[in-house]
Amino acid sequence: MEQNQPLIAHKQTAFWRDERFLRILGQILFLLLLALIIGYLANNMLDNLSQLGIKLGFGFLETTAGFDIGEHLIPYNRSSTFLQAFAVGLLNTLLVAGLGIILATILGIIFGVARLSSNYLVQLLARVYVEFLRNVPLLVLLIFLYTGLFIQLPRVRNAITLLGPTYISNRGVAIPWGLPTETFFTYIWILVFGILLAFAVWYALIRYGQRTGRIPLAGLWGVLTFLLVAALGWIVLPSPPLSSSPPVVQGLRITGGKQFSPEFMALLLGLAIYTSAFIADVVRAGIQSVSKGQVEAARSLGLSSFQVLRLVVLPQSLRVIVPPLTSQYLNLTKNSSLAVAIGFPELFHVSGTVLNQSGRAVEVIALVMAIYLAISLLTSAFMNWYNRRVRLVER
Amino acid sequence: MAEVTVPRAPALPPPTERYTVIGWMHKNLFSTWYNTLLTIFSLLLIYALLKSFLNWLLTVADWEVIQVNLRLLMVGQYPRTQIQRVWLCLHLLAAIIGLSWGIWVRRRSVVGLVLLLVPVLISFAPALSGTSVSGSARLQLLLMDSIALIAYAVGRLGGRRLRRVAVSLWVLYFPLVLLIIRGLTITENMLPLVPSTLWGGLLLTFLLTIVGISFSFPLGILLALGRRSSLPVIRWASITYIEVIRGVPLVTILFMASTMVPLFFPPGTRPDPVLRAMVGITLFTAAYMAENVRGGLQAIPHGQFDAAHALGLSGFQTMTFIILPQALRLVIPVLMGLFIALFKDTSLVATIGLLDLLGIARSILAQPQFVGYQKEVYLFITLIYWVFCYFLSYVSQRLEISLGVGER
Repeated sequence: MEQNQPLIAHKQTAFWRDERFLRILGQILFLLLLALIIGYLANNMLDNLSQLGIKLGFGFLETTAGFDIGEHLIPYNRSSTFLQAFAVGLLNTLLVAGLGIILATILGIIFGVARLSSNYLVQLLARVYVEFLRNVPLLVLLIFLYTGLFIQLPRVRNAITLLGPTYISNRGVAIPWGLPTETFFTYIWILVFGILLAFAVWYALIRYGQRTGRIPLAGLWGVLTFLLVAALGWIVLPSPPLSSSPPVVQGLRITGGKQFSPEFMALLLGLAIYTSAFIADVVRAGIQSVSKGQVEAARSLGLSSFQVLRLVVLPQSLRVIVPPLTSQYLNLTKNSSLAVAIGFPELFHVSGTVLNQSGRAVEVIALVMAIYLAISLLTSAFMNWYNRRVRLVER
Repeated sequence: MAEVTVPRAPALPPPTERYTVIGWMHKNLFSTWYNTLLTIFSLLLIYALLKSFLNWLLTVADWEVIQVNLRLLMVGQYPRTQIQRVWLCLHLLAAIIGLSWGIWVRRRSVVGLVLLLVPVLISFAPALSGTSVSGSARLQLLLMDSIALIAYAVGRLGGRRLRRVAVSLWVLYFPLVLLIIRGLTITENMLPLVPSTLWGGLLLTFLLTIVGISFSFPLGILLALGRRSSLPVIRWASITYIEVIRGVPLVTILFMASTMVPLFFPPGTRPDPVLRAMVGITLFTAAYMAENVRGGLQAIPHGQFDAAHALGLSGFQTMTFIILPQALRLVIPVLMGLFIALFKDTSLVATIGLLDLLGIARSILAQPQFVGYQKEVYLFITLIYWVFCYFLSYVSQRLEISLGVGER
């Protein structure tokens, strides 16, 4: 620690022993080393690529893809471009991730609450469910669901028929669906109006609550407003905006309705139940984190048990639940890439095909990683925003 | 103190809660009307699930596919003549576990008993008779148990003095296993080289996990320190690495490792696929490891830094002698969680064509004679994964209690 001795008495510390200089030197050396390694790898890569006769660049995205994708939310065929193929894959990823998150959250809350149930059997079932799923690899679960369950279902001819009518067969699941008619776009506008009105009602009730101190069920009334507008719009329009299209068994296949492939169903179900086991644990920990004294105090103030849940337990447990819940949602989204093993055309699967078709390994992988990274960062930004809100409400 | 005579009769113990069967059922199953409904619903559900499962298990399931392919599922194409090397690794593991059990657990416990019983049961199981595993496997399993018992006795007798030995054995064990399995050179007589293309099944799953954990551990510590560094360049490089890796799925990293790593090497050299997967897994795990270690570092109170500084330790000395030992001790249970996650995640190498436990199961099912056996094979490997993960998470809970992590 020579630097700490009075410097005035000595000559200036030699610059190679000056800590400020050493810090900068260290960082420069680190950068140089990093640049050297990256440069070496990049150089090798360019050498290899030039041997293969490939030039880097994203121009290939505009060329014709030349392969089919079974399930697409936007128009797509063989003559579409690679870029459109990517878009199809991304939309499929978002679809399965979105539905998966909703399902996993519902299941997770059910099983998380069930693990705290006073009923021994319910608790046991929930514990077995969670302990089984947490200790099994997701990929094994997905492949098992796909090859062991969904494609071994009965043929279309003997499809399992549920109410609706819903058909479950080895071709997937077909449910009744609505086809848009000519008044559909008007109805969309009515729905938008309904959402705006619902927000207005919600906001007004929140303000009313802040003014009077009586806390109304703002969210519930908002949803009810929306549903009311939606129902009124349906009745008022001259013809219904959707015409019902039930699935029909025609010989060896099913037509009409909305059909989900076995790949999609296996992926969705696998992701949802696997993640729900983790969410169940998160929910349980969150509820247990609210001390018993809080509940007892709230009860002694005369709150009903519903009010205790809504005003005391939930706000405090949400604070504990939201951060790990975010990472579970992100895990689910990233895990949807495992669909590559069962053949559902989401982003990663499509990009594999693109890579095989175009031979552009570097660009394709860079693009895929960038997209996943963007999804992750956006989701965590949103959840961080929500987390801050939950905190503000609570404290 | 002299004996004090108590004039009164000793106080009775408080009345214990005593339930009759009916009382217990009333409290736990039928306390309210909705609990009654839930109980009935659960019973119906359990009945339906058990009935269909048992029906399948007892009448439909045919385990011949497992019996025929047991060897493949366990060690893949590992040469028959070299199989005793795998057993050697298992015996070493049994010895170390027995020793640690003797040192730290010390008392009889149900789990220990189960651990000892399982090899015995397997070695006497009639189901093994038709399998491709030779009769010597039974002897090896019994040998494994006796080694574990002897090590347990040594651990009990040695007690706390052997703690350092046990810890260093654990650290040494993983590189040693790699050496034993891989061997030295082709011409060697003692440990001839077994190329990684022949590794497979559960063995490969374990090797990938072990390599992933042991190499990502130092890398993760470096990244964690880098993220807390006061040098902006190093901090930002670490943050970028950690966040990018954590933001993308493992499959893309493995995919990158299998398609892009060959591009990074000089033309003409081709690193083998297992090595590529190991690199991918290590790089991936290191980012998560770094975040866990950082959590441990953040839990160390700042007074520790100040005290070390006051004693005249340099920054490097403070880290190695004061901070890291405490931080790493704190994160051991979390690292066990990472180990479990990694063990499960190694199954993803099946997507890039490696023959780990899942990959070999798929390749067995791809053979025409085993086409209809998906349920049996996948159930079997699910059971294997489940048993190991469950055991590991049990160990991690025990560790958490014995390290007293939550109570400080």
